Amino acid sequence: MSTPKNTPSTAKPKKPRTPHARPVDTDQTLSEAAHHDAHHDTAGHGTVKSYVIGFILSVILTAIPFGLTMAHMLPASSLIPVVVAIGVVQILVHLYFFLHMNTSSSQMWNNAAFIFTVLIVGILVIGSLWVMYHLNTNMMPGMMPVE
Amino acid sequence: MSKTINPVAGYENQIDSAYDHNPNDAHHAGDHHDEGPKVTLGFWIYLMSDCILFASVFATYAVLKDNIAGGPNGRELFDLPYVAVETALLLISSLTYGLAMISMEANKLKPVIGWLAVTALCGLGFMGMEIHEFIKLIEEGAGPGRSAFLSAFFTLVGTHGLHVTSGLIWMGAMFVHLFKRGLTPANRIRLMTLSLFWHFLDIIWIGVFTIVYLMGAA
Amino acid sequence: MLTYAESAAHAASTADASPLVNFLFGKLRLDSVPWHEPIIMVAGAGMVGGAILVLGLITYFKQWKYLWTEWLTSVDHKKIGAMYIILALIMLLRGFADALMMRTQQALASNGGAGYLPPDHFDQIFSAHGVIMIFFMAMPFVIGLMNVIMPLQIGARDVAFPYLNSMSFWLTAAGAILMNVSLVVGEFSHAGWLAYPPLSELEFSPGVGVDYYIWALQISGLGTLLSGVNLITTIFKMRAPGMTLMRMPVFTWTTLVANVLIVAVFPILTVTLALLGADRYLGMHFFTNDAGGNPMMYVNLIWAWGHPEVYILILPAFGIFSEVVATFSRKRLFGYDGMVYATAAIGVASSLVWLHHFFTMGAGANVNAFFGITTMIISIPTGVKIFNWLFTMYRGRIRMELPMLWTLGFIITFVIGGMTGVLLAVPGADFVLHNSVFLIAHFHNVIIGGVVFGCIAGLNYWFPKAFGFRLHVGIGKFSFWCWLVGFWVAFLPLYGLGLMGMTRRLDFVNNPLWHTYLIVALCGALLIFVGIIAQVVQIVYSIWKRDELRDLTGDPWDGRTLEWATSSPPPFYNFAVLPKIGNHDAFWDAKQTGTAYVQPKSYEPIHMPHNTYTGFLIGIVSVGLGFGLVWHIWWMAGGALLVMIGLGIAHTFNENRDYYVPADEVKAIEDAHFANLKKAEQ
Repeated sequence: MSTPKNTPSTAKPKKPRTPHARPVDTDQTLSEAAHHDAHHDTAGHGTVKSYVIGFILSVILTAIPFGLTMAHMLPASSLIPVVVAIGVVQILVHLYFFLHMNTSSSQMWNNAAFIFTVLIVGILVIGSLWVMYHLNTNMMPGMMPVE
Repeated sequence: MSKTINPVAGYENQIDSAYDHNPNDAHHAGDHHDEGPKVTLGFWIYLMSDCILFASVFATYAVLKDNIAGGPNGRELFDLPYVAVETALLLISSLTYGLAMISMEANKLKPVIGWLAVTALCGLGFMGMEIHEFIKLIEEGAGPGRSAFLSAFFTLVGTHGLHVTSGLIWMGAMFVHLFKRGLTPANRIRLMTLSLFWHFLDIIWIGVFTIVYLMGAA
Repeated sequence: MLTYAESAAHAASTADASPLVNFLFGKLRLDSVPWHEPIIMVAGAGMVGGAILVLGLITYFKQWKYLWTEWLTSVDHKKIGAMYIILALIMLLRGFADALMMRTQQALASNGGAGYLPPDHFDQIFSAHGVIMIFFMAMPFVIGLMNVIMPLQIGARDVAFPYLNSMSFWLTAAGAILMNVSLVVGEFSHAGWLAYPPLSELEFSPGVGVDYYIWALQISGLGTLLSGVNLITTIFKMRAPGMTLMRMPVFTWTTLVANVLIVAVFPILTVTLALLGADRYLGMHFFTNDAGGNPMMYVNLIWAWGHPEVYILILPAFGIFSEVVATFSRKRLFGYDGMVYATAAIGVASSLVWLHHFFTMGAGANVNAFFGITTMIISIPTGVKIFNWLFTMYRGRIRMELPMLWTLGFIITFVIGGMTGVLLAVPGADFVLHNSVFLIAHFHNVIIGGVVFGCIAGLNYWFPKAFGFRLHVGIGKFSFWCWLVGFWVAFLPLYGLGLMGMTRRLDFVNNPLWHTYLIVALCGALLIFVGIIAQVVQIVYSIWKRDELRDLTGDPWDGRTLEWATSSPPPFYNFAVLPKIGNHDAFWDAKQTGTAYVQPKSYEPIHMPHNTYTGFLIGIVSVGLGFGLVWHIWWMAGGALLVMIGLGIAHTFNENRDYYVPADEVKAIEDAHFANLKKAEQ
């Protein structure tokens, strides 16, 4: 089996000659641009080392919050922010080591889509919590206010 | 001018798979090279919509999690060591899938199938544990119909579980594809998108165990 | 159509049957068909009769093979888009019939009489009217236009995922089929187009109506979501060389932002309906009155989807107007960059206003103030667009073709409707006007004036491109004036009535002072009806006289954007040679520099996808899934689901997906086009 020649099999993502997202407006043909695209594409590839590092970091970032919670070492009001923060960090670890998200130009549309999604998720979740908190406080007198 | 519309040009000698090399079969050659980025972008966009789907369920859980209607709450129900094992299974499966992808880049079919099988086993283990947990809760009277909190719990964890199950079915189909045709360009793209899906599900699980189990037990 | 009491009784009685009957038929029985309701039986007979007639005609003219190979299994974006629009036009007739029935009922029942529609029949009609018009008329119309035109505008040969495109259409059609089945088998929801709980919960809607609603929307919603993924990927990945984002036509920009919104918010709808379904099917308590359920959360979530949804509808319409105004003012669109930024701003801002739909639910002054302000802010980029269209027309050489007429009608109608929206955005005012017919008038004002006028403008503008001949102008003008005058006659009275205190969704109107207004409103609706009939006549007549209305050049309007560079209709591969783009308004540019109609010396084979029956089959089987779920026929639902998954997986094993069109065939098609161009010059 042969692979297109200029892509090593375990490559760190290389900067492609033609930016992924913009159409070709130089002399380079579409097929060559696509040729690059296929291997410097939206999700790049990793190495054994990067996956293992990601794995180990994730184990640590899982063990800590589980441990803290199970040992009841902190009161809920301080435990929860810590656990959430560690969770966010672990998500970032996954994004970088497993999903190979980075700031290279080949990932431009992925990153843009991701940021937009985070924005929408933020608006939806925080907006809903804010709205429902007020609705519950005003309109459901028998119930505990949420959060 | 002609090159811009003929995706075959320059690719005839670069057909990927020994399994489907057929120099007369012009349409296998090359076209999947421009398919890859298109398919992965499309799948990524779908994944972003799935993110928002989960966010809606998370938001519902967050709003309803204190509505226990006199029934059991999270602290009484959640078995954290059990969840830790589930988490470990999913995390290991992410690692093993990554190893499968590395083997794919190295064009080694057998390790791909091997690591994929380990991944699937971990996933099946995860699902088995989750179904067991659900059945136990229902038998204890803490089923999804007991309270809004439990409805939200079962739905959030269950939606994640349904996604994992879909991934496992997809893996099953991949085994058949790989046995049949090996590491063709089309199968590589499929493995790549399944990789995105599988890692994404592990990320969602981080949200689940943090917000549902850890916060619930705190 | 059953009353609440009848539904409950029916539900109870079905449980008495034998286990075998229950297994085979779920809750379905012979008396699930409302044999004793004459209006439904007549409507149903008409529907079934019409279907039989169409099937019969196809058989008589031996067109099944043609239908199968050219349309049902097509993955061509132009054909799929056309089918979306045909679906929309058919459902327009059904939705408008509902509208006429409601106007008639209110006109009759406001002077002491009881009208002719019992309350729960009326409730199903207003629910069906809303669902049909939004989900099965406006959405397919807009998605259809985007499908047909956007790939042509960016110089692409099809969308990114043609098979997915076919499946998306057939899933939408499946939802529409379920809607229509609900008319004659069972009942439809009584709970309005958004099915608020607790009314939509089992306790208060024990029948199958809300279930039809849920599954019709879930199935078609999946199609819409996939369509969003498809069109975004197409725009990002398949533009012709040289077409940077800021050189795309404005219609393509609005297509992009609308589809981004689709991908962002349809998951919310999916979840919300699924949770309601979980309450109804699995005994859960998300939105019930007991066990901790919170119906307000449903309202919150459904509008978090619902508000962006209306922007999904209006943005492509704005795009259509941008194209039309530039073309028929013979002038480049004023403020292109501003249009792009305004579109993006509207897209993002549309996710920040949703609470204005439930100011009165009790979130309090601070929350209401925040959302009131954001709602007012969102009118600003819209205003920018209006001004840009006006500045485009200023000092242009305006041609009053049909699309331009519809655009002028839009500008007047939509702007006024938008202003009433800003009025409603003031929470204090909304407390008086919420759920009055003032609100009804407002949203019909912007949806009809904006979306419907836009789609009809688009239809008239792009019909020659799609089918090779123009629509008849005289009948079209008649239709336009009926719509425009009819709209205002129908809805101005409702503004007045709303201010006077009339609530929406009234089956019986107990204030005789309102009677005259309601009669006037009915007259307006009848006038619109004449306009709709005229449109049907326009289409039929134009097909009959198509040779006289033929468009030989592919550019009947002296257009500016790339779709006009192809023949009418375009060849199935769109472009024999992918164009190279140097500028904005690419085709206009080419015409000015003389590079527009140059035939290349030779052609290359073109890579095209094969047709497939998978999308069609998945769509049709999903009707079984929906029907089985509605009636609790679990073997049918489960079987259908397995078949759908099986078809999808089997499709991945299909390796015969594409082929190359030989260069000779391309040359023959192109030669014919250039011969037509020569003929047109004479």
